[in-house]
Amino acid sequence: MWDWSYAWSIVPELIKVVPITLIATFGGFAVACLLGLPIALARRARSRWISWPVTWVAEFIRSTPLLIQLIVLFYALPNYGIVLSPMTAGILGLGIHYSTYLAEVYRGGIESVPKGQWEASRALNLTKAQTWLRVVLPQSVPPTIPVMGNYLIVMFKETPTLSAITLVELLTTAKAIGSHSFRYVEAITLVGVIFLLLSYPSGLLVRRLELHLKRRERSVEAK
Amino acid sequence: MIGQTETLRETEQPDVAPPAPERRRGPEEPETNVKEEIRPIVRYRGITKSFGSHQVLDRIDLDIRPGEKVALIGPSGSGKTTLARLLMTLEEPTSGTIEVDGEQLWHMERKGRLVPADEKHLHRVRGKIGMVFQHFNLFPHMNILRNVTEAMVLVQRMPKEEAEARALAMLERVGLQERTKHYPAQLSGGQKQRVAIARALVMQPNIMLFDEVTSALDPELVGEVLDVIKNVAAEGEMAMMLITHEMDFARDIADRVLFTDGGRIVEQGTPEQIFENPRSERLQSFLTRFRGRRADDAGTSAGSMTAAGRE
Amino acid sequence: MWHLLPPLLDGMKTTLLVTLYSIAVALVLAFAAGFGRLSKSRTVRGVTLVYVEVFRGTSLLVQLFWMYFALPLLLDVRIPAMSAAVLALGLNYGAYGSEVVRSCVLAVPKGQTEAAIALNLTPRQRMRRIILPQAWRMMLPAFGNLQIELLKGTSLVYLITLSDVTFRGMVLRSSNMTETPAIFGWILILFFIVAFALTRLIRFFERRAAVGRG
Repeated sequence: MWDWSYAWSIVPELIKVVPITLIATFGGFAVACLLGLPIALARRARSRWISWPVTWVAEFIRSTPLLIQLIVLFYALPNYGIVLSPMTAGILGLGIHYSTYLAEVYRGGIESVPKGQWEASRALNLTKAQTWLRVVLPQSVPPTIPVMGNYLIVMFKETPTLSAITLVELLTTAKAIGSHSFRYVEAITLVGVIFLLLSYPSGLLVRRLELHLKRRERSVEAK
Repeated sequence: MIGQTETLRETEQPDVAPPAPERRRGPEEPETNVKEEIRPIVRYRGITKSFGSHQVLDRIDLDIRPGEKVALIGPSGSGKTTLARLLMTLEEPTSGTIEVDGEQLWHMERKGRLVPADEKHLHRVRGKIGMVFQHFNLFPHMNILRNVTEAMVLVQRMPKEEAEARALAMLERVGLQERTKHYPAQLSGGQKQRVAIARALVMQPNIMLFDEVTSALDPELVGEVLDVIKNVAAEGEMAMMLITHEMDFARDIADRVLFTDGGRIVEQGTPEQIFENPRSERLQSFLTRFRGRRADDAGTSAGSMTAAGRE
Repeated sequence: MWHLLPPLLDGMKTTLLVTLYSIAVALVLAFAAGFGRLSKSRTVRGVTLVYVEVFRGTSLLVQLFWMYFALPLLLDVRIPAMSAAVLALGLNYGAYGSEVVRSCVLAVPKGQTEAAIALNLTPRQRMRRIILPQAWRMMLPAFGNLQIELLKGTSLVYLITLSDVTFRGMVLRSSNMTETPAIFGWILILFFIVAFALTRLIRFFERRAAVGRG
């Protein structure tokens, strides 16, 4: 059932669209990182008028499917005169969806800084900016880096969903190849292999980074 | 944490012979000598234990008689706890043998040869041993009564009603009859440890191991736990191995005190011998540091000597 | 706008059915693979590790396509879209769930096992009576999150022609393009309601598991 020579013959066609997948991934990740920060800060805001609606909107985005959100961006927005290309809609959709996840990562990072650190900064009469830049962020950023790395990988694996809004990425290409020759096995399996080859080593890298950071933290504590 | 071992010098004499000299017997040698008084309930022979390259116990020989109360004192990391954990089958010895009530613990006979024990064998021998831990290790998802009845029902196949009756009687003995429906998180440390003692006692072991049972307690809660143990000890039938930093308690309760250091039993004897006439320099300096601490602690409500270093 | 609701709700039935079946499959696989990763046997550990890494390392949608388009060709059998969907979702979230099971079992303090040994419980009793109840409590929040992810993942089954809520939405849209925002607005709301209900359900279990442990 599995034809090696046929499989090899379609590899170049598939490799050719890998950059499309990567552009969508990194573009979406950039949007998510940027958008996540205001969401995180708004959720922490003292005023209920800010924190409450943002919390609910974020929860709404988080608990509804990316696919539907993409369809809204790509098929519903034109009704209001906003027409997006598949790639733009894809990057925006991925970015908005995962910004709500990254907001949680940021929030966790900020909240992991003990209260005593804020109090000590106050006691030393640091300004608010100094407290954030010199005390809070240096402590809260490192532990979030591996988590963010994991989300980058998660987003990478979500890109096939963009095929639903006609973006010609790996899975769309594989399906096209498959329907041409009615040989789905090789094409779809190869897409899986490509995903595994890219995501598994990245996952290992993130895990190593995580261990490294933990060890560093421990050695700092020991001193 | 106060450094402990650095002041001790490695110049002392080797093991001191046990107070009641007994004929040493190999593990395979059948019991022929009828003149031998009572068979020890526990017999360590040449026990060595290493974690990686770090040797914690070095060729330990130790007999414990039925009903005997043995206290183990010594600096942190001297191997006391490991000695108990080997007997409870929580760690496996690197070499040497342990006999429980005349039966090999870590080995069993198969086709006339001694082979490493399997789980079934361990399960059978382990029934004679009980243990109370430094950190209680109560089961947080069960109420107090279930904590005590669970093993009776599961291991001893006792009907639930009978197990509960026994558990209630035991909880009354440790003064917790009113807490049976509470969960461990709702109790103080001293109460938790009393439950843990009750939980181990209802299994009626031949020997009970107490591993620094007061080290994790607030000073004012130490007394209630020690009182319970003293009461149990006074009944006499059960052998006890007490690893402790409470020197007054060790002196009160023990028939024999062992001082361990550097993985060896450096000195042993009656409480009087150990506390009044310590022979080895290492024991002397160990006790001196405790007396110093005691003067500092004189005001505390517990009123007993407490170790500086807690394992 | 309200006239859109009946056909969408009808599609939601399929979505819920897929969700329910997949959760069941995923839960069974999560425990099987979670314990497989903790097995004493190297072979068992190796096989489960491969399963977990393959299904976590590739995309859900790729797996869905593979089950629907490739697997029938390989086995030379017809696999209904529903089975392919449940298989892919179950295997995918089972792999993620197995990591939850494994890490929570390992997170139960060692002293609990030691106390169970000291009370002479058998290995099976230790796991069943002491470790699992405590690990289960730790698993619940993570399982809750995975459940929501799985629910969202079911929307992809439309791409293998299963007539779920998304599929119905697309059909409605093809007959009247101007209603596109309303149709998908409804679908989002429906998903949100189900997700909310599932979250409540998990909270209920969490509270029940937390009895006596303020």
